[in-house]
Amino acid sequence: MSQPAKLPKLRLATVWLAGCSGCHMSFLDLDEWLIELAPRIEMVFSPIASDTKTYPEDVDVALVEGGVGNSDNLALIHQVRQRTRLLVSFGDCAITANVPGLRNPLAGPAAVLDRSYLELADGSAQWPHAPGLVPELLERVLPVHELVPVDLFLPGCPPPAERIRAVLEALLRGEQPLMEGAEMIRFG
Amino acid sequence: MSVRTLRIDGRDVASADGATVLEAARVAGVAIPTLCHLEGLSPVAACRLCLVEIEGSPKLQPACITPVSEGLVVHTATPRLREIRRTVIELLFTEGNHVCSVCVANGHCELQDRAVEVGMDHARLPYRFPDRPVDLSHPRFGLDHNRCILCSRCVRVCDEVEGAHVWDVAWRGEHCRIIAGLDQPWGSVDACTDCGKCVMVCPTGALFHKGDSEGEKHEDPSRLAALQRARHARQEAP
Repeated sequence: MSQPAKLPKLRLATVWLAGCSGCHMSFLDLDEWLIELAPRIEMVFSPIASDTKTYPEDVDVALVEGGVGNSDNLALIHQVRQRTRLLVSFGDCAITANVPGLRNPLAGPAAVLDRSYLELADGSAQWPHAPGLVPELLERVLPVHELVPVDLFLPGCPPPAERIRAVLEALLRGEQPLMEGAEMIRFG
Repeated sequence: MSVRTLRIDGRDVASADGATVLEAARVAGVAIPTLCHLEGLSPVAACRLCLVEIEGSPKLQPACITPVSEGLVVHTATPRLREIRRTVIELLFTEGNHVCSVCVANGHCELQDRAVEVGMDHARLPYRFPDRPVDLSHPRFGLDHNRCILCSRCVRVCDEVEGAHVWDVAWRGEHCRIIAGLDQPWGSVDACTDCGKCVMVCPTGALFHKGDSEGEKHEDPSRLAALQRARHARQEAP
């Protein structure tokens, strides 16, 4: 490819916390623009584009999908914050807790697990229990910025591909994206 | 009819005596955001979105109920007001459970529109996630308290236009909510005529038609003004 050797590639990560992966699917909806994007970035961590299991150091931009809903999410988001220059809350779940947060008015994880795994079970009703494998649910699903500082908010459920592209193009130019107007910040 | 002259955002505006600052501003083409206000209903200044600065007054005034007066100097879009408006919208979002993506009004919601207008890309206040009920006792309509912003349009339209007065605002503070009848299930309130005007004027997805799914509530609250003009015309007809 004709990538100038001196231009450093943007070290990009995408992170999947308590969300449906719809934001990642919307990222894939960038379609052929992904081909333009590929030579300009190094995808250092991503559930859809990387096999790396450990969040690396020295990440330029992280798109974080999902609220913080369990112990794994919580540990990962702190690691992401420490190792990332620009943390983007990617989609409504990261910004508002959104659909995963629908459980929040209920009386904590026990009520959610009872409903899901006991009351609605066909047979062999039991709570999932595998310490060290299945992460514990937190009391509430929280928006990312209620736990760590967030540098940019990219709303939408999911954010449309054009919105994601507008943000990434600005960041690749070294600019802060202008987040205003229905095209860029409408929820839902 | 006497005329009052005032200044809104540096513009000289002539307005009929008895008009509100909001009306004068809209005639002059100055956009002041509103939520609880609806043409055809009495103004109540519930949402505080239309607060404006008036020179010489230490307090902010809601434009929807402040009458024009001679020589009034009004500012509608100072940095202080912009900050307050965004905070008002953030308070509404964090106080209830507004989950746009699964709401009947998604894409046709005045709260969602106002959030864009005030530049809310996230809420700087913590979300409360209150536990609130949904009343599905009416055969045709539903009331989801999670999405209610207590604008009281439903209360006013039922009382002032339909004349049934099914709705009221009850309790205080975080317990404040819309009630049907004497805090009864909506479907058991005989006064309800099933007209659906409350659903029509609701700015969010709090009041909805049963059977509407995500994004399927397409109401147009401005139809209320047209309805009233039509009624008025019929009453005046020989």
